[in-house]
Amino acid sequence: MTRRPVARRPVTGHPVTRYLLRAASLAAALGLWQLLTSLDVNLWLRFSQFPTVTDVAHAFVDRLSGADYWTDLTDSLTRIVTGFLLAAVLGVATGVLVARSRLAEDTLGPVLEVIRPIPAIALVPVAILLFPSNEQGIVFITCTAAYFPVLVSTRHAVRALTPVWEEAVRTMGGGRWRILGSVVLPGALPGIFGGLSVGIGVSWICVISAEMISGQYGVGYRTWQDYTIVNYPGVFVGMVTIGVLGWLTSTAVELLGRRLTHWLPRTSYVPGARPARRERERGAPVPVPTGSRTKEDAPHDQLV
Amino acid sequence: MTSSSDVRSLSQATSQPTTQATTQATSRTTSRTGAGLALHGVTLGRPGAPVLDAVDLDVAPGEILTVVGPSGCGKSTLLRTLAGLLPALDGEVSQDGRPLTGPAADRALIFQEDALLPWRTLRANVELPLAIKGLPRAERREQAESWLTRVGLTEQSRQLPHRVSGGQRQRAQLARALAGRPRAVLMDEPFGALDAQTRAGMQDLLVEVLRGTGATVVFVTHDVDEALFLGDRVALLGSGRLTAVRDVPRPRDRTAHDDPARVALRRDVLSSLGS
Repeated sequence: MTRRPVARRPVTGHPVTRYLLRAASLAAALGLWQLLTSLDVNLWLRFSQFPTVTDVAHAFVDRLSGADYWTDLTDSLTRIVTGFLLAAVLGVATGVLVARSRLAEDTLGPVLEVIRPIPAIALVPVAILLFPSNEQGIVFITCTAAYFPVLVSTRHAVRALTPVWEEAVRTMGGGRWRILGSVVLPGALPGIFGGLSVGIGVSWICVISAEMISGQYGVGYRTWQDYTIVNYPGVFVGMVTIGVLGWLTSTAVELLGRRLTHWLPRTSYVPGARPARRERERGAPVPVPTGSRTKEDAPHDQLV
Repeated sequence: MTSSSDVRSLSQATSQPTTQATTQATSRTTSRTGAGLALHGVTLGRPGAPVLDAVDLDVAPGEILTVVGPSGCGKSTLLRTLAGLLPALDGEVSQDGRPLTGPAADRALIFQEDALLPWRTLRANVELPLAIKGLPRAERREQAESWLTRVGLTEQSRQLPHRVSGGQRQRAQLARALAGRPRAVLMDEPFGALDAQTRAGMQDLLVEVLRGTGATVVFVTHDVDEALFLGDRVALLGSGRLTAVRDVPRPRDRTAHDDPARVALRRDVLSSLGS
């Protein structure tokens, strides 16, 4: 990146500052936890039974050395990735179908609307009856959980597409599949990713709950086991694991979404950004961050 | 053919529906011999809400026909019908003597609003009709670049639409429409949202780019001067009808304001639109 004298990034917007800020926020939360538990604070909320951060850290280190932890981790990840990918494909497919075809809307719509309000975790009995193995049941529940947010947001995004895009492709001689591939799917992508982001979060909730009820191995199963044998630090190790895994997977979805929808026009407004004091006094215009400028000036290659 | 259809349309403007049977009969015979676009006794609009009635119009191959009329008179509806996006409620719409069955690559439509796909670069947008035709990647890339060069967008070919100006977007739309080598180009107030200077430049560019393509053009506008500058003929719409089709003197000259024939035509067009 070349140095540009005018383009001073404000302190709060600098990437290093922002990462430090994020790390500090996490550290502060951990510090508060440690403080409340080590002092056995017993106000209305009771922290005396609560494991301290150091207890949990010790338990964590113990766990990491055992084979079970990694089996739990890979089991849970396999379940959620399978369920979520299935839900993404099915949700986008039925969302497009319902939005584009009146027949599909009339035939599938009522069934979907009746099933939609049922919490996925309430489908555990259904899963047990339907599927020969627990594993498949858990994937089914995870999939159902993510399916509806993806379906609904896809449906909305497809219906909200600008009509001239489709008309333009039709007057170029494009048929149904060309419109689907060149207009509907890319145009609905920002909305679809909204649904996927919600979906991955809901999937985690459901995969953990399903594991607690009927799993063998898995982070949820282990967490519940630890609770029943009164191993509270173990419970917290499970919770931290869920938190970190959930955060990683939703970040992955988020990053993929941002990559695929990089064409979306962005405002030049940077939230919270103000010109550095020296420039404000000189009455200079609001600087444009160099990083984003060089990136946006770079030619975009063909996407679809 | 131009003069005969002119007379026909003028007679239709003054005549009552009883004489339309004969005018339709004559236009049928011309469409059989000719090519281009033709509307015969066409009613168009949405079902239950017709906008234009009893339209008889022949557009000769390679001709630029401009269509003027007050807003809401059915200019866009006429264009959408010609594009095949909106079926005619009654009558026959044909291209080269064959009735239209729907939108086709033969008739490109250029929209007033931005109809470029925002996730495709300008070049990828221009490549789209070529991809639909099944051209191999290298060839369509090359053709798209050459079209973008012809409309003066060599530098911007790999930019996304929202990164370029409104005028540049309309030029890209023009390149995209022509890249598919349509036999007819339908333009719906394509320069309506542009400022006067850009607009004049775009008109010159359009004439320049169309030269040699042999495409039939139907150009809708609400700007009488634009219609008279671009059109070989001008069709006037008003009160639910095609009221007249007038020949425009040539050669094109933006500065010949004192040419008596032009002045008279302009006054004529304005007064018939005002009535």
